[in-house]
Amino acid sequence: MQQGSSFTRSLGLIPSSVMIGIFFFVPFVLILMTSVSVPSETGDYQLGFSMEHFERFATWFYIERALFSAGLCALIALLSLLIAYPFTYMLTQFGPRSQTLWLIYILAQLSLSEVLIAFSWQILLSRTGGIANILVMVGLAEKSFAMTPSAGAVLAALVYLAVPFSVLLLYPALSRLDKSLIEASRTLGASPLRTFFTVVMPVTRPAIISSGVTIFVLTLGAIIVPQVLGKPEHWTLSVLITDQAIFNFNMPFASALAVVLLALSASVIAVVTKFSGGK
Amino acid sequence: MTFMRRLYLLIFALYLIGPIVVITAVSFNEKRFLAFPPRGFSFRWYAEIFVASDWFNALLNSLMIALASATLAVLIAMPVAYTAWRYGLRYAKALFALGIAPFILPPVIMALGFLLLFTSAGMHGLLINVIIAHAIFLLALPLVTISLGLESVDKSLIEASQTMGASNAVVFRTVILPIAAPFAFAGFAFCFVLSLNEYIIALMTVGFTVETLPIKIFNALRYGYTPVIASIAVLFLLINIAVFSLIAKFSNLTRILGAQD
Repeated sequence: MQQGSSFTRSLGLIPSSVMIGIFFFVPFVLILMTSVSVPSETGDYQLGFSMEHFERFATWFYIERALFSAGLCALIALLSLLIAYPFTYMLTQFGPRSQTLWLIYILAQLSLSEVLIAFSWQILLSRTGGIANILVMVGLAEKSFAMTPSAGAVLAALVYLAVPFSVLLLYPALSRLDKSLIEASRTLGASPLRTFFTVVMPVTRPAIISSGVTIFVLTLGAIIVPQVLGKPEHWTLSVLITDQAIFNFNMPFASALAVVLLALSASVIAVVTKFSGGK
Repeated sequence: MTFMRRLYLLIFALYLIGPIVVITAVSFNEKRFLAFPPRGFSFRWYAEIFVASDWFNALLNSLMIALASATLAVLIAMPVAYTAWRYGLRYAKALFALGIAPFILPPVIMALGFLLLFTSAGMHGLLINVIIAHAIFLLALPLVTISLGLESVDKSLIEASQTMGASNAVVFRTVILPIAAPFAFAGFAFCFVLSLNEYIIALMTVGFTVETLPIKIFNALRYGYTPVIASIAVLFLLINIAVFSLIAKFSNLTRILGAQD
């Protein structure tokens, strides 16, 4: 027949395989190898096996940073789901046209880089910027003041960054929700609010959990917001990795931190998947 | 209830658009400091993007990188998605899963990996580095959109054209490609926009030799900023809206984002 064997079909995959192999697989191996490398005599590092970089991590300073990062990102995931879920539910009940318009706007928002989000919140929270002036106008504050750097500012900006993501992550499940379930619940006399809490939310629970995890991992990767809006004690693991790699040129320690970050993300994903009954 | 819904939607919309309004207002400030509500009105910060050569070069770099890496990502993704869908090859499916992975990880990990790769290969700060890095990092997007497009191809169409004697290549060109093309375009557009806004991978692969806009903005943020950033933010938002409107026009946006028809 004219259909080629699976061998000839695979030939077409060679260029893609080479690209993915070299540029996805090799970087990972390099990170792992560098994280256990040993110092060389020239002051650089060379292949070998040593746990010294992980030992450096295992001090209270870095462990506290890791715990802070995890706690902050968990809180952000929770808050952004609370904000985004009711909206996404309403969105899926709109007509196709207004759904598309809303989605275009949310996508545009979502693709504004973290740099620009950080910038806009810096203005909003600055002494000359929006929120403080409004507080003065309505008489809640005597005179204008700066709200950065602070942990609250980091939290506010990261939640803002995460909300459009949450909407898009929840959208598939909510828009595929069987509408007859809602109708049935309404016919049986449940109020819209009751339907929302007893039908819609339980049915979409897997999506809520997987979106939460995705947002957690996503915000764990935030780099600019913590630096621009927070004090050094609000820096997350990702900021520390960047700092070590670019400004201290300490690749082995940056790699060790990256391995920790990877392990943290992977274990959260694993634990949540296990306890949510798998998906 | 309807009132509560409206109120909630209004607050949500205000929340999303609030910072954008502030940025837009600041971008029209007359003075060289960031104030809201703005003082005076002028377009000078928009003109500055094109007049100040460093900002304009950064814009050009970003556009070039985004175009090249989005093209590369689609070229890598197309055969993988096609082979996985058409023949269900296990190898293609595994490659598909590997191609999705970089996007799920915190980007700083990929960035560090690329940095180590390019330094050990002796490729310092070349433009091609960031193009490849972005293509691999964003590969998940065309993979997903293209396979969504392929799923909407009716397999009986393929059988029919094969019965009429069309070769695989002809079937691909005349039946599959026209249906999948809008989805491939959507994947390209997603890559383009995200590459345009990506910061950390660009910084770690070429940041000190090739300056992209996000890198330039971040440096400006750290060392005393100018309202040019605000006008660039507005420009970016407009580009983003235009690109996603194009996707919505030429393919099915709600479907790409996971809704059923």
